Amino acid sequence: MKKKLLPFLVILIFGIIFIIFYKGLEDTNIYTPNLNVKKNIPTFNSKDFYSDISLKSEDFFEPDKIYLLNIWSSWCVPCRQEHPLLMMLAQNDKINIIGLNYKDNKKNAVNFLQELGNPYKKIFIDLDGTKAIEWGAYGVPESFLIYNNKIIKKYIGPLNQNLINEMKQLIK
Amino acid sequence: MSILKVFLIIFFLFNLNTVKADNQEKINQITKNLRCLVCQGQSVYDSDSEFANSLKTLVKQRLDEGLSENQIYDYLKIKYGEWILYDPELNKNTLILWLLPILIFLTGGAIIFKKFFLNIRK
Repeated sequence: MKKKLLPFLVILIFGIIFIIFYKGLEDTNIYTPNLNVKKNIPTFNSKDFYSDISLKSEDFFEPDKIYLLNIWSSWCVPCRQEHPLLMMLAQNDKINIIGLNYKDNKKNAVNFLQELGNPYKKIFIDLDGTKAIEWGAYGVPESFLIYNNKIIKKYIGPLNQNLINEMKQLIK
Repeated sequence: MSILKVFLIIFFLFNLNTVKADNQEKINQITKNLRCLVCQGQSVYDSDSEFANSLKTLVKQRLDEGLSENQIYDYLKIKYGEWILYDPELNKNTLILWLLPILIFLTGGAIIFKKFFLNIRK
């Protein structure tokens, strides 16, 4: 009886391991971040893009207002693509678009805005990329929809017309 | 007196050097345990992407502010989730991962022990 139990146990254990690993194969090995987390917005200190005055994020973001924080840079090609959409969205009074200028050269950034227009109500500067990390961002471009000091939705990569429509549905 | 001064200056210089080196070592140790989320299969330490470079700066800043290694991990876990750490923690999802090697080890040990024990008795 005992002699039969051991091989049975070994087979059982390897069977379980096989099933676990086999199930694991179905999972994607590409990192997929959670886009719908309702986190509080981070607090950070930064400088204003035009005036270079130090700004505190908690003094700036007001509750019961809708914000879209957009991380952008003049060297980022997809930012150039999504910029007309931001310009369009800026005409909507309900939403305040805030910029976070990521690792950029100020002169290039100013040229970028002069060329394509400035949809931002306010621009924060992030010279070393650490403010973007406070937001849990991966790179540029990235956008965060904010309401009541909470991140409602995160958009990784350039915005497109579908996402803008979705956003308009959300802020109705 | 001047000899003493020179000695003191040299002493401080060497001291500062070790402080800096310690910090760099700590940064390396931490960034080696952080996954670069925008590059596949690389740690933040290995990568030279914008994301990784920002994280390196951030880790350095946090260390200078006096945060411990674990506090930095906790902070990044809130921002990016546990996936950013290479060393998974013991929780409900990783229980099997941590217990399986011990279980296999114990089973193997039991088999060896049984064989050995039986051989001696024969």
